[in-house]
Amino acid sequence: MKAFSRLLESLYYEPSTLGKTRLLLDYLRTTPDPDRGYAVAIIAGDLSLPNFRRSMVLEMIRARVDPTLLTLSHDYVGELSETVAHLWPAAEAKQGDLPALHEVVEALRHTPKAQLPDYVAGLLDQMTSPERWALLKIGAGALRIGVSARLLKQVLAKFGDQPVERIESLWHGIDPPYQPLFDWLERRGPEPVVTARLTFTPVMLAHPLEAKDHALITPETYAAEWKHDGIRVQVVHSGIGRALFTRTGDDISGSFPDVLAHLNFHAVLDGELLVQRGEETGTFNDLQQRLGRKAPSAKYMADYPAAIVAYDVLFLEGEDVRAQPYNQRRALLQAALERHRPYGIRLSPQLSYGDFVELEALRGSVDNASVIEGLMLKRRDSAYVAGRPTGPWYKWKINPKLVDAVLMYAQRGSGKRSSFYSDFTFGLWSGNQLLPIGKAYFGFTDAELKELDKWVRHNTLNSFGPVREVKKELVFEVAFDAVNRSKRHKSGYALRFPRINRIRWDKPAQEADHLSVLEPLAGTS
Amino acid sequence: MTHPRDWIEVRPEGVWCRPGGFFIDPMQPVEVAVVTHGHADHARAGHQHVFATPETLAIMRSRYGEDHFSEAEHPLAYGQIVDINGVRLSLHPAGHILGSAQARLEYDGATIVFSGDYKRRSDPTCVPFEPVPCDVFVTEATFALPVFRHPPLADEIARLLASLRQFPDRCHLVGAYALGKCQRLICALRAAGYVETIYLHGAMQRLCDLYQSFGIDLGPLAPVTSENARTLAGKIVLCPPSALKDRWSRRLPEVLTAAASGWMRIRARAKQKGVELPLVISDHADWDELIQTLSDVGAPEVWVTHGRDDALVHQATQIGLKARALHLIGYEDDAE
Repeated sequence: MKAFSRLLESLYYEPSTLGKTRLLLDYLRTTPDPDRGYAVAIIAGDLSLPNFRRSMVLEMIRARVDPTLLTLSHDYVGELSETVAHLWPAAEAKQGDLPALHEVVEALRHTPKAQLPDYVAGLLDQMTSPERWALLKIGAGALRIGVSARLLKQVLAKFGDQPVERIESLWHGIDPPYQPLFDWLERRGPEPVVTARLTFTPVMLAHPLEAKDHALITPETYAAEWKHDGIRVQVVHSGIGRALFTRTGDDISGSFPDVLAHLNFHAVLDGELLVQRGEETGTFNDLQQRLGRKAPSAKYMADYPAAIVAYDVLFLEGEDVRAQPYNQRRALLQAALERHRPYGIRLSPQLSYGDFVELEALRGSVDNASVIEGLMLKRRDSAYVAGRPTGPWYKWKINPKLVDAVLMYAQRGSGKRSSFYSDFTFGLWSGNQLLPIGKAYFGFTDAELKELDKWVRHNTLNSFGPVREVKKELVFEVAFDAVNRSKRHKSGYALRFPRINRIRWDKPAQEADHLSVLEPLAGTS
Repeated sequence: MTHPRDWIEVRPEGVWCRPGGFFIDPMQPVEVAVVTHGHADHARAGHQHVFATPETLAIMRSRYGEDHFSEAEHPLAYGQIVDINGVRLSLHPAGHILGSAQARLEYDGATIVFSGDYKRRSDPTCVPFEPVPCDVFVTEATFALPVFRHPPLADEIARLLASLRQFPDRCHLVGAYALGKCQRLICALRAAGYVETIYLHGAMQRLCDLYQSFGIDLGPLAPVTSENARTLAGKIVLCPPSALKDRWSRRLPEVLTAAASGWMRIRARAKQKGVELPLVISDHADWDELIQTLSDVGAPEVWVTHGRDDALVHQATQIGLKARALHLIGYEDDAE
């Protein structure tokens, strides 16, 4: 338990992903089973402790601390676990050994509800404030230490020297403390076999199409489809149940019960998750409304109805079809969709083209970039392979749009960039005032960053905490994929994926673009 | 007897003693100032007469120059009594930093003690806090919430030294108040057996010299220069909190950002400041010390100055004291 508390503490304060990876690897290498397995489950948010409730913690602290002081403290600290960790009346000096993490987890799982407060209080009495925080965070479930399930899988892959795709496909098939997984990663046991579970199948990814690849693209060898600006998902329906995964294997079934219900035959489909209102496809902004919601209300699902554009089939009626060529899989997918006619799942249309020039024209014809990002090119004879093989799949995004915007505010970055002004807010003219349209923190070289940082420091008008307002004199050529109307922004627009394309040291701010240039580019939302 | 509420008032300049005609820790230049200690939010330049301990006066001269006053300095040793227009004034140790004092005022049979900033933990750089009996005790409340319980100093120093062993390739840059915190931190590192040279940001050198001139041994110190900056991997460098994220720190190799402050107890606060190694080290009383002090001083009435006064007023009332908040502004100690 002590080691786990130290790990959480270090992860919380470590700003870089690299540093977090190192801390996690060190922990996995030095911690015995089954403690490390439980630690992984806790950090991944996969450990359920139904009896350890927030209300129980509140009751425990209310019995020990004056209510006014508790309220003032909670208001000040902002978070209950930390408030209780600091407030808990225990002598800091009293420090013995604590039980091992697995003993604590097993006790938290198996202690009857009525006895749980006594058990937890007994532990809190022996702990330091950071240890209490760790225990209470285990109970709270949401750690918020900046470690995603994705990062954890990458760390496990690194730890066992295995491709991350294999970890992803096993992930939903085994339970904490994942003993068979660790046995395999440490070469003490075979790769765990998971069949009778709803698991994620690692997805196939595309390379960006480069000029040198253009000659490869002919209608005979490559099929073309639109690349939608949604979220890549895998929807699973088998005899055991249904699930929806992101392309990194995170289970988002809870957020999209409507989509799960759509798939009315047994299959594993690869597709794009979108908001779809009749014929009209919603923008990424619409989709974002749905993403954050763990359990959306019926009204929410009606306002933002989710649908899938299916472009591949991995398993059909229990049969693994991944080894079959793309053309064959597509024929299977089309036939299945025609037979079962699932509501809210449609086939990604194939685009016909005579030669590369026609394909280029097709790409240039996209006028609603908030829905279509570009083209996907898939080799007709290619099998479905996990990972990012070179050759079978290419993505060819439409050219970014550009505006000349004026730098308005700069903020210091984090980690390595914490002494540099590296987050930039820029705006366009509206009459004689500038209205902010977006924020970008990449697109420039390290040398340019130094120049920008110097410029910000020499041209500051005002400071607001970490933010500086600068003289409205520096122009950025900003590239972005699409622009959406947005009520949340004063300018009325939100840019999708903005980045700094060029710094226009030469261009006078008065010659930067006017807000009206966005109007014809804006999708509706 | 005239109750202090009838002869003490809060004015925009600071706390005013009417019969004595002087202010305590005034924020603006005044005719007569009593200064409890040398921190910039309590000690300002430009007063005509300044009453303070010799150490505090030395700190003010070092910070503001020999001419920080326009008429006269009035050094008062701890316990020495001076009569100002019928008010008996004396200064007593507050244990906050070198020279820090509580101000005891006696007038027409009533006594009020202004604690200034204080702490109760041991600190080799200053004389420990001394409870002074009085009718009204005026206390600070910087850390007046029960979530603030400062861990033992030795534990925090041990964490810094452990990090130094774990990351010998990283320069450990510690943000700390240049006056008081810096020197206490150095003494604690020496007490823990750290004998290597400690490197200082330019803002700290002069105050360290001053402490040494008062006989406080800080061991080997050296300034960070453009020549040595690159070589400070695995070394401890001290700088004011404001310099932690300054361009200044870029010259240092693989900086690990630490900060020594009572605020570091609150995770989000440390994280927001980009601190990787928060050290909970404070020169203010924590919650337990504040409550203990109310009982040690034994005054029936407590006035609370700056900080989280609502919690302390509540607690003082709970233990049967008369308590009220003075709502002084300008003394909030953010970088502490």
